[in-house]
Amino acid sequence: MASSLRELRQRRKSVSATMKITKAMELIAASKVIRARQTAQRALPYTRELNRAVSALATHASVDHPLTTPATTVRRAALLIITSDRGMNGAYSSNAIKTAARMRTRLEEQGVEVKRYAVGRKIINYCNFRQLPLERTWEGFSDAPTYADAHEIADALIADFLKPYEEGGVDEIHAVYTRMESMLTQVPRARRLLPLEVIAGTTATGAHEVIPQYEFEPDPETVLDELMPLYVRSRVWFYLLQSAASQLASQQRAMKSATDNANQLIETLTREANQARQAEITQEITEIVGGASALAEASAD
Amino acid sequence: MAFDSSPLHVEVVSADGLIWQGDALSVVARTMEGDIGIMANHEPLLAILVPSAAEVLSTEGTREVVAVDGGFLSVADNRVSLLSSYARLAHEISLPEAERELAAAQKALEGGDASTETMQHVHRASAQVRAAKRAAEKH
Repeated sequence: MASSLRELRQRRKSVSATMKITKAMELIAASKVIRARQTAQRALPYTRELNRAVSALATHASVDHPLTTPATTVRRAALLIITSDRGMNGAYSSNAIKTAARMRTRLEEQGVEVKRYAVGRKIINYCNFRQLPLERTWEGFSDAPTYADAHEIADALIADFLKPYEEGGVDEIHAVYTRMESMLTQVPRARRLLPLEVIAGTTATGAHEVIPQYEFEPDPETVLDELMPLYVRSRVWFYLLQSAASQLASQQRAMKSATDNANQLIETLTREANQARQAEITQEITEIVGGASALAEASAD
Repeated sequence: MAFDSSPLHVEVVSADGLIWQGDALSVVARTMEGDIGIMANHEPLLAILVPSAAEVLSTEGTREVVAVDGGFLSVADNRVSLLSSYARLAHEISLPEAERELAAAQKALEGGDASTETMQHVHRASAQVRAAKRAAEKH
């Protein structure tokens, strides 16, 4: 009995140590997710202005650019998958990977070859373990991406998109990221990144106004050439920011439930330990009483 | 369309967020075709910027110098937006630091590394040095 009491206490100690860690991680994730959401919020004006400019261009000039022209036949597509670098995020990474796998199956059913572009150590390890080929990988910034990271990824994607098929270029680029709906729901999503779908802005300018004639400097084509890569970068930047915020929110939730479970476990273990201690005391008393009565019987004889 | 003397509403936006916003009398920026000045009721315009220092003269009489590394300028309905991925306000740039960065970038360029990244780095650093100098000389 004594050994089991010690074991119970040891387990309780180890569970409380784990709980301290998960509690700390929960708090860290909670403070980081606020920052990540603020960063995502701050990036909005840039995206908004860019969207406005692109739709102005689409409305006032004929949009005909390699990045917006769909290929006649899609033979090879790139799949950009954004996951986290580390675990302890609940189902965040595996949900993104599952969505990516569904996307890949769908593309392959249409006879499209899929090349993988991976962001985050989780997907890299996943693919390496299964010996799945990866075209390009990026890692080390999943919870705090910078614009420079988005810049690098977008430029690599654009370069492969513009390459002809025969030289290993791709006809389409899809991205899987996790959208931050709220602190409670984060949904993995698959979106087509390239070729871009440019929506002419009929709603952007108020319906009551006459759309003004735009002047382009130096000319619409050059402006478009400059704008399109910026637009792609801003999309990738948006995906990275959303994914980072989702990752942290998911981590906070996972760590919260881990802490709750640990608390419950500690409670049960404490009860069991108390019971074991009580049983030990009862047994000792029984033994003493038994011993005493045996002595009394012996001396009475 | 407003034809009164309402001031320009200017927004300077970088990828990391809104850098500066406010009402302004004029905006001077360098596009691919040369310097351009924007005042109220300017015709709608979309222009590509080159790495340079852009100036915004606010209605309060202050002058804001912004280092831009490219990007574009859009004008519509008395709203001006300067959009540049790595835009920075000149008075937030430390000149020695920017000069050091420029020297490092140029060294990399002279060392035979002519990648687009290095070129962008050089442009960005030189725009920041220019902006910091401009902000320093007139104040």
